Amino acid sequence: MADNGLLESVLRLVEKVDGGTDSQDVAADLGVDHQVIVGAVKSLQALGEVISAEQKSSRHWELTGEGREIAEQGSHEARVFNAIPDEGLPQNQLMKMPSGKVGFSKAMSNKWIRLDKAHEGGPRVFKTVEAIEDTVRDKLQLVQKGQSAKLEDKEKNELKKRKLLSEVTVKSYWITKGSSFSTTITKQETELTPEMIASGSWKEKKFKPYNFEAMGVAPDCGHLHPLMKVRTQFRQIFLEMGFTEMPTNNFIESSFWNFDSLFQPQQHPARDQHDTFFISDPALAHEFPQDYLERVKKVHSEGGYGSQGYKYDWKIEEAQKNLLRTHTTAVSARMLYKLAQQEKFTPVKYFSIDRVFRNETLDATHLAEFHQIEGVVADYGLTLGNLMGILHQFFTKLGITKLRFKPAYNPYTEPSMEVFSYHEGLKKWVEVGNSGVFRPEMLLPMGLPEGVSVIAWGLSLERPTMIKYGINNIRELVGHKVNLQMVYDSPICRLDS
Amino acid sequence: MPTVSVKRDLLFEALGQKYTDEEFDELCFEFGLELDEITSEKEILIREQGGEKAEGASDVVLYKIDVPANRYDLLCLEGLVRGLQVFKEKLEAPRYKRVSPADGGEPQRLVITEETASVRPHAVAAVLRNITFTQERYESFIELQEKLHQNICRKRTLVAIGTHDLDTISGPFTYTAKPPGEIRFKPLSQSREYTAAELMSLYKTDSHLRHYLHIIENEPLYPIIYDSNGIVLSMPPIINGDHSKISLNTKNIFIECTATDLTKVNRFTLIITVCLFVCFNTFFILFRVEEAEVVYPDGRLSVYPELAYRTETLSGDFINKRVGINESAESIAQLLTRMCLRSEVSGEGDLIQVEIPPTRADVIHACDIMEDAAIAYGFNNIVRSTPRTYTVANQLPVNKLTELLRQDLTAAGFTEALTFALCSEEDIADKLRKNITETRAVHISNPKTADFQVARTSLLPGLLKTIAANRKMPLPLKLFEISDVVLKDETKDVGARNNRRLCAVYYNKSPGFEVIHGLLDRVMQLLDVKPGRNQGYHIQAAEDSTFFPGRCAEIFSCGKSIGHLGVLHPDVISRFELTMPCSAIDIDIEPFL
Repeated sequence: MADNGLLESVLRLVEKVDGGTDSQDVAADLGVDHQVIVGAVKSLQALGEVISAEQKSSRHWELTGEGREIAEQGSHEARVFNAIPDEGLPQNQLMKMPSGKVGFSKAMSNKWIRLDKAHEGGPRVFKTVEAIEDTVRDKLQLVQKGQSAKLEDKEKNELKKRKLLSEVTVKSYWITKGSSFSTTITKQETELTPEMIASGSWKEKKFKPYNFEAMGVAPDCGHLHPLMKVRTQFRQIFLEMGFTEMPTNNFIESSFWNFDSLFQPQQHPARDQHDTFFISDPALAHEFPQDYLERVKKVHSEGGYGSQGYKYDWKIEEAQKNLLRTHTTAVSARMLYKLAQQEKFTPVKYFSIDRVFRNETLDATHLAEFHQIEGVVADYGLTLGNLMGILHQFFTKLGITKLRFKPAYNPYTEPSMEVFSYHEGLKKWVEVGNSGVFRPEMLLPMGLPEGVSVIAWGLSLERPTMIKYGINNIRELVGHKVNLQMVYDSPICRLDS
Repeated sequence: MPTVSVKRDLLFEALGQKYTDEEFDELCFEFGLELDEITSEKEILIREQGGEKAEGASDVVLYKIDVPANRYDLLCLEGLVRGLQVFKEKLEAPRYKRVSPADGGEPQRLVITEETASVRPHAVAAVLRNITFTQERYESFIELQEKLHQNICRKRTLVAIGTHDLDTISGPFTYTAKPPGEIRFKPLSQSREYTAAELMSLYKTDSHLRHYLHIIENEPLYPIIYDSNGIVLSMPPIINGDHSKISLNTKNIFIECTATDLTKVNRFTLIITVCLFVCFNTFFILFRVEEAEVVYPDGRLSVYPELAYRTETLSGDFINKRVGINESAESIAQLLTRMCLRSEVSGEGDLIQVEIPPTRADVIHACDIMEDAAIAYGFNNIVRSTPRTYTVANQLPVNKLTELLRQDLTAAGFTEALTFALCSEEDIADKLRKNITETRAVHISNPKTADFQVARTSLLPGLLKTIAANRKMPLPLKLFEISDVVLKDETKDVGARNNRRLCAVYYNKSPGFEVIHGLLDRVMQLLDVKPGRNQGYHIQAAEDSTFFPGRCAEIFSCGKSIGHLGVLHPDVISRFELTMPCSAIDIDIEPFL
């Protein structure tokens, strides 16, 4: 900050003029560099409404280094003229002077001097006039005094051509009195201190205004991952709807629970090496509920429970193969089997959100692992209308109210429905999930009572998260290639707003 | 989901009605199909091979329609049109039947020899008579065969279909198996004869056929079908002979379907395939399906194709209760009839007799019939109602603890990472200076890339890779993850279990052991475990190859080891392409449940 003396001098100058003054004039009046006055203006602005200053730019002429030299010592031609005594000077001696070459030709063209080439002892230079008027120096001195306006444009351009003058743009301020103008400076405090509070001195002090345009300092904190924030919200929704969380912390599953128990035939393409990650170590599962396994085998190979079955030779070897679960429905199957073992059936509502694995070709929206969200309701007499009703409630909590359902195929649900919601942005219906009623061939071998229906639905966690946070490439969201800045900057997640 | 590509104008002509794209999309949606794309051959070529190749290609509008994986009966234009016309009650579902040869002639016969037992022991046959192809019908016929190969036949691994111009060959036909060197014939689209062995190497570079070679490649005997004059019909599942190839002028067709052993497939699929194939083609191509006999090595004789209809009886009440509607039995019967399931009320109460045609192999239970009733009723016409199931919600304890800890770890200044559960062996072993055998890792047998060789046994590699991908971010980097690793465990039915772990790293110009140690203290405070040797937690110097010697401690809680913390070994840091010192903590949180 400029010192108070200077600031007050500036203020006094401003007080004297009525319409305001230019900071350049102030600098000239006070005999200080213009930049110092610019600093003073900024300091005064920071004091509040003492002055008002409007920035403007003006062009003005300034001497170059050579120009300044001439203003002090005279033009080259004048210096040459003055160096020549009445008896003349040998040309070679004259040329050795610093201004020699330029000065000689200029003085010659001004006809101030003449050259006697035939002089004995070599060419010699003589004055032709008694006295000269150094107009170049005079003009430059005018510019130096800030009186360039007295010169004609033609003259200035000529000097510019000789690289003695240059035209520069100067940013200056037009200073006028502010609403709380005063010629004395009261020092402003930057911050309230404990001492001021203790002494009460804050009452007398003026405080420097804050710049509310600036950003604050970022708090030193950690951040939750956006996908996990969305997971938390989905968990919350299920809990609000009375659903109990299933133990999905078992990525390794047997083909039996992942496929066979769901009545997915052993030659189904999903059981191909191309779609599923199989495990080489530990390759096989042992220990199955034996009588249940027999019932599963029977319903696949021969049918039963009102079903034709798939009529093929069901092999335990195929069911034993361990794999990375391809859906959390494997856990739903375990849970429903467990439920069927209860003495008396009780209705349940289950949910889970966890990782599943597919040996798929990877692209911008597909990874080998993703999170599946799943909801399951088991009770007597549930209908397809109930499934649609509960889906409506679920999606309403996500802020999606326009739903419609398309018939679809899924090996373990019948009927199966794809859930579509109307996307206001895209102006079209987009698929948001899959749903269905578990097949009797899956439920009855477990031992669930005949009249019990189980309705279920699923969707991925990644897709709604990508839409919510506007992420196009799944790798920017999931996995180690995540952009941490995105994690730092992602807002809280409220799915319904 | 299979996609059927049909010419729009041809489709509308067959449907007897023109639709706008939107109207047709709507009709598809209602019926359970999806109008996936509207394009043309030209557009496809431009997209796949560039504008030059597309010059002169057809710009006839094509509809690409996604068909549910179980509806093999909709895999061609004819099948689609039939399904939609019946759905819209413009057409009655056809009745498929086979006939005996005209004029009391002998049926065609396919004799299976016992040599086929080891490679491809099953076969069925059928004959189509009096065909009149047009260009479009011919293309549709070929395309249907290909669609069946790709779908129900599982890329020919289960079943392969061969079609032959019956007038160029003479029965009885023999299905046998021979060593590849002894098989010699001129295959489709080739100009000379090859041995089977030569064919296998010829097709190695064929973009289409090379995908099927593996099915028989390593067998000592290859399956082969001859006519009575020794002419080769086909070498299933690879290629047909050129001699019997069908053309636009073909009038009579001999169909053979062969299948591998019963462990993977069944007679059922085989029978369905041939039946689907002949049935679809009856729609536009007026012809007779004629029976053919198959003689098995044991002398048994069967007659194909089996065009068996089955009748199911169910009550209107069952459908009403499952769907959540209230329709009369008559109206439900009408709904089902629209789905090609000819139905009528039996007269006994609200019982409905439903006839399942041979093309609807997907209908195996009353619930399948119920679904068709619901589709015909219109899913979106069903009243949506909330079930009255009363339950109390519970969280899984390990997830509840995880949720609570995650919140507090971010409050402690650490940022959450989310890394893959699958990784390379190198990530969990070499890069952490561990031997893969000591990791108790679960190994994947069929990874497509090294990124999916094992399930992770530690969260640390993922966090270090996250830092490596974010080296441009200002230091320090403080990351954590609470998630599952997978460890072999013989006490579990599948021999492995998940383990919920908490891992955190601090990456800066100085190692910051005190920061990671402070985080441990904070976590223990949150878990209400006090410092102390017996009932509390403590750390004690330990050696672990992942950590810098003398800069590693083992963490004990209530006397039980729960993990490690320390400064990472410089080799670990460089193997993860990092340049700064780094300290880490890795603990099991399951003891705190």
